[in-house]
Amino acid sequence: MKITGAEIFVNALKKEGVDTIFGYPGGVVLKVFDVLYGEKGLKVVLSRHEQGATHMADGYARATGKPGVVLVTSGPGATNTVTGIATAHMDSIPLVVFTGQVPTKMIGNDAFQEADIVGITRPCTKYNFLVKDIRDLARTIKEAFVIATTGRPGPVLVDLPKDVLFDKAEFDYPSEVKIRSYNPKYVGNKWQIRQAAQAIQKAKRPVIYAGGGVILSNAAAELKDLAEMNQVPVALTLMGLGAFPGRHPLFLGMLGMHGTYQANMALYKSDLVVAIGVRFDDRVTGKVDEFCPEAKIIHVDIDPTSIRKNIHVDIPIVGDVKFVLTDLIREIREMQAAGETWEAIPKTWHRQIDEWRTEHPLSYEWDEEVIKPQYVIEKICEAAGENAIVTTDVGQCQMWTAQFYKFERPRTFLTSGGLGTMGYGLPAAIGAQMAFPDRLVVDVAGDGSFEMNVQEMATAVIQKLPIKVAILNNGYLGMVRQWQELFFNRRYSSSDLTGQPDFVRLAEAYGAVGLRAARPEEVEPTIRKAFETPRPVLMEFVVNREENVFPMVPAGGANYQMMFGAERKKSESRLRVARG
Amino acid sequence: MRHIISVLVENKFGVLSRIAGLFSGRGFNIETLSVAPTLDPQISQMTIVTAGDDQIIEQITKQLNKLIDVIKVTDLTEKEFVEREMVIVKVSPPTDQRAEVLRTCEIFRGRVVDSSPKTYTVLVTGDDKKIGAFIEILRPLGIKEIVRTGKVAIGRE
Repeated sequence: MKITGAEIFVNALKKEGVDTIFGYPGGVVLKVFDVLYGEKGLKVVLSRHEQGATHMADGYARATGKPGVVLVTSGPGATNTVTGIATAHMDSIPLVVFTGQVPTKMIGNDAFQEADIVGITRPCTKYNFLVKDIRDLARTIKEAFVIATTGRPGPVLVDLPKDVLFDKAEFDYPSEVKIRSYNPKYVGNKWQIRQAAQAIQKAKRPVIYAGGGVILSNAAAELKDLAEMNQVPVALTLMGLGAFPGRHPLFLGMLGMHGTYQANMALYKSDLVVAIGVRFDDRVTGKVDEFCPEAKIIHVDIDPTSIRKNIHVDIPIVGDVKFVLTDLIREIREMQAAGETWEAIPKTWHRQIDEWRTEHPLSYEWDEEVIKPQYVIEKICEAAGENAIVTTDVGQCQMWTAQFYKFERPRTFLTSGGLGTMGYGLPAAIGAQMAFPDRLVVDVAGDGSFEMNVQEMATAVIQKLPIKVAILNNGYLGMVRQWQELFFNRRYSSSDLTGQPDFVRLAEAYGAVGLRAARPEEVEPTIRKAFETPRPVLMEFVVNREENVFPMVPAGGANYQMMFGAERKKSESRLRVARG
Repeated sequence: MRHIISVLVENKFGVLSRIAGLFSGRGFNIETLSVAPTLDPQISQMTIVTAGDDQIIEQITKQLNKLIDVIKVTDLTEKEFVEREMVIVKVSPPTDQRAEVLRTCEIFRGRVVDSSPKTYTVLVTGDDKKIGAFIEILRPLGIKEIVRTGKVAIGRE
């Protein structure tokens, strides 16, 4: 029986196991929304802006590991998704974004609500399609899901002209597709893995530098095994947080620009860096030449272009992290079982790392009168438990969360790392809560970032999602102000946000619960109350206006030359050290 | 260093734009580019001439391979290969030099493909050096217009 393109679309999504679509209707996709009306198997989450819908799908994907699905209309609907798509692209998040398009005969005519979205998104998608013929529709949807979720994951866009959605064809959904020019490599080269195992066995000052790739390939258990078997300390990137337990004795913390002193020093002094699912981002390496000058580098990544892109690698291994680590662990075990000498890591290395830990621990200066944002993060972490999902916006709120929150499990920390998209946190929290209605989902936002997608408060309320938004309100674009303080003579050009709305009343206007804490002793009760309330809650924490994120490596500087904050002031009694 | 990279791609719309976008987006250079179908009409052959140090060329070939529509990437510079380019030159020499154009053309084994009372249009194929030399010799005779195909190259058996 022949069915319409719109029906094929919905049936194909069901075949893919999609349970939630994030979207926004408009002229050319009404046919699809009509089919979705009353459809039981698919939940449609109506956002208040297409960017919000895309971040929601992204949050859903990061929390679950399944692809996030977006459906929007042509023209502005499509262009509004671009920031969300670019966000997912930079962080390798699987999304399938369906955009409506004007009828095929009108494409190129500057028709009403026409945009060349395939052209616009070519550089920020893993791949994109324009479906010109109803007979290609089912296969294209299949290919889109395959490409988005395999290899190095990423967003795929499918542009659907209006007439294709109205045309009819038999529904024949392929159970698999073969794309001859697309064959991602999962298993690492055996010889290279043996080389890596030998290097690990011989290393005197090894360190693991792991990132988002570990989470994407669900390899946290393997990472833990690898670290523990030879007692190799682990530093994580921002994207990697949660891939290794935050309170584990071998955990060094995050590395890079706002990383811990011990993580950056360990890399700087190490003789072997085992880089796993990372891409040597500039926020991680600082000045590349002085990142790990004495180390041999093993680099495991599924994307060959990540390897030797900006740093020389001695042992490259192209493959999926889970496959490669499994083989690597087996290889090391076999070597050890065969009695091959394992030169255990000298105690001096661990002792040295402990010295760095105590020399410059993560810390902040306590204040009796004013709320310190780091304190808020610590209290949220204490109250939330290991299973909670935390999203962030971008800037100081993001860095404090990365530093002071102890993530124990993968897929519990959702943040825009590569693109650094302000306004990501709230919609991402909504996407995560849609996937896990029973888990606690907290968005740590800045007052600036929050307003970039504030409209999605309505979505949270309408969908009855009990998300908790914690705004660290300093009335500034905090990170911008911090750079202006440090590098632009305190000239706070366009970074002062004085005149923000009353966030509590704003929350109430949306139908959410609004709470405010303005003094340190109010922080804990506010968090407790929010977490006990089974509704969307917005907590406003009025925090110290000019607090800075430390430690910090100035842009372009070497990682061992970190700037420190609180201890600079030598007020030891007021110094609060982050608990491990 | 200059590299000639041969790329087999799916013959679909937008592929050229993906390749061009890759080069422009990452700041790589394209010196010449030629595209044409292969024996299999679903597959096209591109010959790209680019320049860069080893690290850049490694990135270019890896990035090309990463594109979903790219089937095969070969850096011909790493092996034995034959390269050719075609140039068509419209010359308008002074009347007393018209014979000189024909002589030059003969020396370079070119052909006159069109003539008018004031101009000759001549065609020459060859590698870089030959084409360069041909143009330099014609230049003082009065070149009106010039078109080049860009390089095509093929590996030797």
